[in-house]
This record gives sequence, C-alpha cells and structure tokens, in this order.
Amino acid sequence: MAFAAFGSSPAKEHKSPTKSSKIVLALLMPGLVYLGLFFFTPLFSLVVTSLEVPAASGGIGEYEYGFAWENYVTAFTTYLPQILRSFMYATIATVIALLISYPLAYFIGVKLRTRPLLQRLMLVLVIAPFFISFLLRTIAWKQIFSDGGAIMQTIYSLGLMDKSEHFLGTDAAVIFGLTYNFIPFMTLPLFTTLERFDVRLLEAGSDLYASPAKVFRKVTLPLSMPGIISGTLLVFIPIAGDYVNAGQNFLGSSKTSMIGTIVDSEFLQTQDYPIASSLSVMLMAVIVALVGLYVRSSGTDDLL
Amino acid sequence: MAIDFKPTGADLELVNVRKDFPGFTALQDMDLHIPAGEFFALLGPSGCGKTTTLRIVAGLEEPTAGQVLIGGKDVTATKPHERPVNTVFQSYALFPHMTILENVAFGLRQRKIEDPLKKAMDALNLVELGYAAERRPQQLSGGQQQRVALARALVNRPALLLLDEPLGALDLKLRRQMQIELKAIQMEVGLTFLHVTHDQEEAMDMADTVAVMNKGHIEQMGAPEALYERPKTAFVSKFLGQSNLFVGSIADSSASSLSIEVGGHKITVPKDRAEKQTGKICIGVRPEKTTFHRTNPKLGSDHVVVGPGEIIDIRFTGVSNQYLIDIPNVGEVTVFAQNVGISPVIELGEQVWVSWKVEHSFGLSDLPAGNEDE
Amino acid sequence: MKRFSPGKLTLPTYSFLAMAFMLIPIVYTIVFSFNDSSQRTNTEWQGFTLDKWFGVCAKPDVCQALGNSIFIGVVSTLIATVLGTALAIGLVRYRFRARSLVNLALFLPMATPEVVLGAGLAGLFFNAGVGAGMTTVIIAHVVFCLSFVVVTVKARVQTLDPVLEEAGRDLYANPTQVFWKITFPLLLPGIISAALLSFSLSFDDFIITYFNSGSVETFPKYVYVAAARGVPAEANVIASAVFLAAILIVLGTQINGAIKRKRLARK
Repeated sequence: MAFAAFGSSPAKEHKSPTKSSKIVLALLMPGLVYLGLFFFTPLFSLVVTSLEVPAASGGIGEYEYGFAWENYVTAFTTYLPQILRSFMYATIATVIALLISYPLAYFIGVKLRTRPLLQRLMLVLVIAPFFISFLLRTIAWKQIFSDGGAIMQTIYSLGLMDKSEHFLGTDAAVIFGLTYNFIPFMTLPLFTTLERFDVRLLEAGSDLYASPAKVFRKVTLPLSMPGIISGTLLVFIPIAGDYVNAGQNFLGSSKTSMIGTIVDSEFLQTQDYPIASSLSVMLMAVIVALVGLYVRSSGTDDLL
Repeated sequence: MAIDFKPTGADLELVNVRKDFPGFTALQDMDLHIPAGEFFALLGPSGCGKTTTLRIVAGLEEPTAGQVLIGGKDVTATKPHERPVNTVFQSYALFPHMTILENVAFGLRQRKIEDPLKKAMDALNLVELGYAAERRPQQLSGGQQQRVALARALVNRPALLLLDEPLGALDLKLRRQMQIELKAIQMEVGLTFLHVTHDQEEAMDMADTVAVMNKGHIEQMGAPEALYERPKTAFVSKFLGQSNLFVGSIADSSASSLSIEVGGHKITVPKDRAEKQTGKICIGVRPEKTTFHRTNPKLGSDHVVVGPGEIIDIRFTGVSNQYLIDIPNVGEVTVFAQNVGISPVIELGEQVWVSWKVEHSFGLSDLPAGNEDE
Repeated sequence: MKRFSPGKLTLPTYSFLAMAFMLIPIVYTIVFSFNDSSQRTNTEWQGFTLDKWFGVCAKPDVCQALGNSIFIGVVSTLIATVLGTALAIGLVRYRFRARSLVNLALFLPMATPEVVLGAGLAGLFFNAGVGAGMTTVIIAHVVFCLSFVVVTVKARVQTLDPVLEEAGRDLYANPTQVFWKITFPLLLPGIISAALLSFSLSFDDFIITYFNSGSVETFPKYVYVAAARGVPAEANVIASAVFLAAILIVLGTQINGAIKRKRLARK
C-alpha cells in the first residue's frame, strides 16, 4: 500500500489478463506455501501455546496441551498497565507523527513537483534513516538527551527542570523515540497519495469555497485519506509491538515497559510461553481488527 | 519448428473461425481468404472483432473454433513465435531497454539469421531512420517510432504482415504521409499486408481489398470503389461514407428496375444494383450524387426526384457544402455540392427539390435499424 | 516572478527543519565513529581519530556480527526476491478468485508486530525441535522481507505493458526467451530496489532476530547487547559505512532517473 515510493508510480491495471491456472499456481504457490509454513503456522502455534498448561512433571518452560483460556485472564489482568501503555504510546506517537509528516509530505509531493531533482533528493532524505541502524539512532538520541548532554544542561541551567529530574526514562522520552523512528513510515504513504493529487482541484476548490482552511478541510484532507489511513496503520501497528525504544538501555526505564517487553521477558527469560503467547495473540487480535476495518472500507487491492 | 518464409508473402485463410470471450462472442463463423501479396484492410468500428481477428492470425489469441491457414498450412495450434507472421502494434511496442537497431535486429537474432545488425540497418534505411540507429525508442517522435515498428516487422520478411491500427496515434497530416509511405513499402517488398483500422479513408486509400466488419462478422468485402459505389447493407452504407436511405415496399417493377413509394415520391433502383427484390426494401444514394433545384426539375424516368423540402442546415466543409433538407413524409436528405462557385447561392429555409440519376441508386439487402419487417 | 511573502516561506522552512531533525541522530552516529574513545565508552567527544575506521576489526566480535548480518541479509534477500517477484507478477497479470485473499495474506506479515512474529516463529521452531541458528534467522527474515518485495515489484509490473511481451512472442521469442530478454530486464529496476529494501530490512532487524538466532550474533544484536555497557565506536563505523554506501546507491539511481526524465521531457 505504501511503498510505491520505492518503485515507479503504478499505472492502470491492464485489461484482459491471460488466465492460465497452471502459470498462476507456479508463480504464487512457492511464496504462499512459504507464508503458510512460516507465517500462518507460527500464528496458529501461538494460539495453541497460549492455551497450554504447565506440564505435570513441572520443569520450568515445560508445558502440555490444554485449554486454559484463563491464561488470557491472567495475562490481561497482570499486564493491563503495559497493554494500556502500549496503546497509549502508539496512539500519541501516531498522532504526532501524522502532524509532523503531513506538511512535509505535502511540501515534497505537491510543492516540489516543479523541481523533480529536489523532490527526489528530499525523498531520499526521508528514507535515509532506514539505512542506518535503528538501534544506533535510538542510542544517539539517548546520548543527546543524557543528563550531562548540552540540551539537558541548558534546560537545567534555565531552571526549566530540576536537576533531580531526568528526561530519559520518561513516557515523553519513549514517545519521542517512537515518533522519530516511525515518521518515515507515515511520510511515505502520505507522499504517494499527495504526489498523485491533482492541484487543479485546489484551484477549483478555492473558486468554490474561497477560504484556504475550508479548501483544506473539504478537498485536500478527504483526498489524502488513503495515505493517512495507510500511514496510521504502518506506524500504529509496529509501535504497539515495539519495545526497544522503551527499553532501559535505550530511552525508557522500568516504568515504561510495553507489551513487547513482557513478551520478550516471559518468552526468553521466564519461559512462561503460554502467557507470552496469549499476550501476543491479544496484540495480534487488535491488529487484525484494525486491518479488517481498513479492508472493509477500502478493499484489499490497495493494501499492497 | 522451422518457419517457412516465402520471399513474396503467403496467402491467409480463415475457416469458420469463432472466438468466445466470457460473456460475449467476439467473432462468429468468420471465413476469409487473402491472396498472397495483397494489401487487405479490415475496417470496422471499435468492438467489431477486427483486432481479435488480427490477434488470432498472429497467434496471440486462440480461436474457440475454426482454422487458420497461412500459405496453405494449418497454423491454428502453432505458437506466435513459430508463425511466419509479424505485427506492427498500435502502440508500436518498441522495447524501451534496447536501442532502435537492437529492436529491429531482435527477430533476426531470435531466428539466428546471419548478420542481424547489417540487415537491421538496411531495414532502418528503408524507413529512412538509419541515423537514429543508436537512439532509444523514447527519444523518437510518434511517427519515427511507428516507422521503427514497421522496420522491426518487415526485416523478418514475414509471409504476412499484420498492422493493428498502426497510424491511429499519429496526427492527421503525418497519418496521410505515412499512408503513402506504407503503401509504397508494401509495393516494394511485395508482402501480404493485413491492416486493421477504423479509419475508412485510410482503408480505402491503401487497400486492394477492404472487408467491413460489424458485430463479429464481415458485412461486405471487395475493392474500395465497389464497396463505396454499391454498399450492400445499411451498416456499410453508413460506415463507409454517408448515405441517404429510403425504405418502402416495392410499388412498381420493370424489366430493368424496381421502384418503391415513399411519401408520394417514386424512388427507383436498377435491378442489377438491388440486393433484395421483393417486399419491403431499402434504396440509398450517396449525398454527392444528388443535386438540388429551386423549381421542380420535371426530369425523365432515368432520374429520381423528391421534394419539395425545406433547407434546415447548411455546413461549409471546405471542398464542399453540405445541405440538410427536410422533405415532408420522406425525412431528411443530405446533399453535397462541390464548392466550385457555380452552385446556386441558397439560404436556410428555402424550398428545394432533390434529384439523382437512377443508375446511382443502390438497393440494400437489409433494412436500417428500426425498419425491420413487421 | 513570484512576490515575496513570508507566508510562502513557512512550509519550505518547516520542511527543511523537519528534515534536519530527521538527520540529527544519523549525523551524530557518523560523527561519533571518528571519536577517539579508546579509554572510555563512546558517549562523550574526546577527539578526532581515523583509527576506528582503519581498525574496525580490532574488536573481532563486531566484525563477526557484521559478517553474519551480511550473510543473512544476502541469502534472505535472494530467497525473498525470487519468491516475491513471482508473486508480484502473478498478482498483477492474472485474475483469479482468491486474489483478495492472497492480497490479505501478503499484507498481514507487514502488519504483524515483530514481537508477535518473532515469538510465534520461535515457538514453532522450539516445538518442532529445530535449534535456533543461522537457518532459523534466515527463514524468519524471508517472511518479513517477502511482502515488501511484492509491494515494490508489483508497482513495477503494473507499469509494464503486456503488449511488449506480445511483441517479443511475435518476433520469434519463446516464452522463456520473452521472460529473460524482455520481462526481466524491464522489471529489473523494481527488482533491484526491492532487493535493496529487503537487504536493509534484514540487516537492521533486531526483535525477530533476537527471538530466533540462538547463539548467532548479528550486528543489531551486538549493538543491543552492547547498549547496556556502552556501544564501541567500531559499531558506529560499520553503521556509518553501510549508511554511506546505501545512500550513494540510492542517490545515484534517483539523480540518474531525474536527469533521464528531464532529458526525455526536453525532446
């Protein structure tokens, strides 16, 4: 849906595609079988694991088949704060990313049309963060905002914050990192939508509605909806599952743990697979519901 | 499979070809024979099945039933790359990732012909584009691309060259010029050309034989003059030029002619120009064969006279003036008058009579839509 | 000429500031690859040196991790590109009833949080008794690269006029020759950008790798673990080098494309 910016812009679909079931099968089957084995089977296996009960022999990390739906109750009640926090972070960061990206995408996609070279350059800069380690970028912010860094020293000396207070480890720091890391995922789909946007509509709009604010609300915004929806999905979903930014060695603290943090520790340290799995299944369920809403409103052809 | 290349082209035969697409039939029981070396045009409106016919001959589409024979050989089950046929596509379909020269040499290379580049260069020179050999297709104008597409097809000396509206994307002036060039090239190389077009002027100008297609079948086929002078169906009479058509039951019949009565006027057609000689028939005449008169001309039985009627529209088109005359109980009649300065100056609303020679009437085998037999 | 007005400058100014903001950590990372941080952790500026660039492998585990990441990236990109290109061609060129289902099946991996996919695959491998290692990482990376390849190549297939392939068939090329001489070269730019995207996704992946790599060290894993005690400047050197290489490739193709378009537009 969103990454057309990497290739050329799609043209109209060609009519009269030949239909030869053998060729279709040969083209689609390998990829689909692969996804079946290594994407859908693991999801199914998560559901099975999420219902398992501790093995009778009682070793750590040993479970057997069961139908312990109460795992979900346990996971939900125990980790409600992390669940709520994950979705709160994701919501706030998505909104901020949208607010930051929209004018930027509009500038690149509409205003820079007359200067293709500059447009291409700006687009490269938008995706530039993809080419440098996501972890190192986050660590860079951590060091920039460290208590001894120039920014915090200035804030302390201006008396905006008390020396006993820190920026790192707060909700704000985590949301800042999440927003930063996912802005390109919002800008790109917005750009692809706005790039194809017919500016004559704006002229027609200002002809009919006169005020620029009204034109924006009645013409520009509705027409950029596909990009907004794509971008929102592409940003919200990975943020809800992320836990690196919130990690104690990155921008977070023990007070900023998210669903991912718990899945990681339950799975890799505590080896409580059923709880880790039921958390994952709950997260996935929310995401499938969001995607389902999108498909119902826009169909599946524009998904990819 | 070895491809049989005839130096002078081969004849093409379609036997009972039918093509069904999901939901509609594109071609029905199509029979067609094109002699070797002929310039043959398939003419018809969009959706009439002409492009489907071409694609079936090229092998890009498989017929639902029937046979395709090239040079007497059944190629119905032969794949496109094994047929001695080349196509000039409507959109030219030049390969954007190759130079012009490589485009032209493509077919030769595929068939492992010796010296492909030299032969390709010769073909480019034939279309006067030798100087552009190293350019890319995107760097050429539409007309130049069209000539490259032609060279790319011709260089293979196919038994049959298929042209799918090859001039459709060119502007009028370039189009007329290319028509002349195309015809000259066909005469020079002597190949069989099958040309698909919806432009009647183009078809009549270039082709030895024109087949007019409508709704998946051939309505009428023949030399351009014959088709124009004696259209046999209402569709052909209207698609190829313009016609005034009159429908009525046969009122009078002599040894050599038939007459119908329309709105009190007797409209006559020679028997040897009438396809249908009983019941309700349709008689037509071309607008340029008619003249109008300010008074009733009182001509003999070798003329048809209708009128009086009122001039309701006059159009100046340059070489001729077109008058639309509404005759009570007959309908509207169109008259073309050459713009040579000797026609009477006439105004809207004037009363006139229209006449033509009986020998210019033609009788159709069917009736125009809306006039079917009760 | 346009009239000068401060309102007209708001959007460009904002955009350039936003871009600058996006680039801050990149510049920071590159600058600190030149930090002379031999004695202490690489958190404070201590002087310029090129030592880290010329002696990256002084810390052998960084280079080992980098080698693994490159290997994993290349192999999973190869597999994902082949599978994804076939899927993209199939999806654009053929109409079939399960189309929307296939679209959905390809979209879901993109929409699945990494932690869910990581945990799911780890659970699957664990239950199947497959030990985590190089193979499991590659299998996992192909899953999330595949959809991105499909999206990128699909856009290119949509711009490819099927009549070009018909012209090839008409000019005596059999279906295999048509694919290699016409379809493939015309799709190549799309396939290359898909492969680059796939490689960078694989190279930068941490969460899914963390769940499925066992004892295999990758570059992001190295950085993640090192984050606890301070990341050495060698890691900055590697990230900077990869960044500069990638940005040069992308800039090169984009500028080239823009110049070509300009030249054609002038014709």
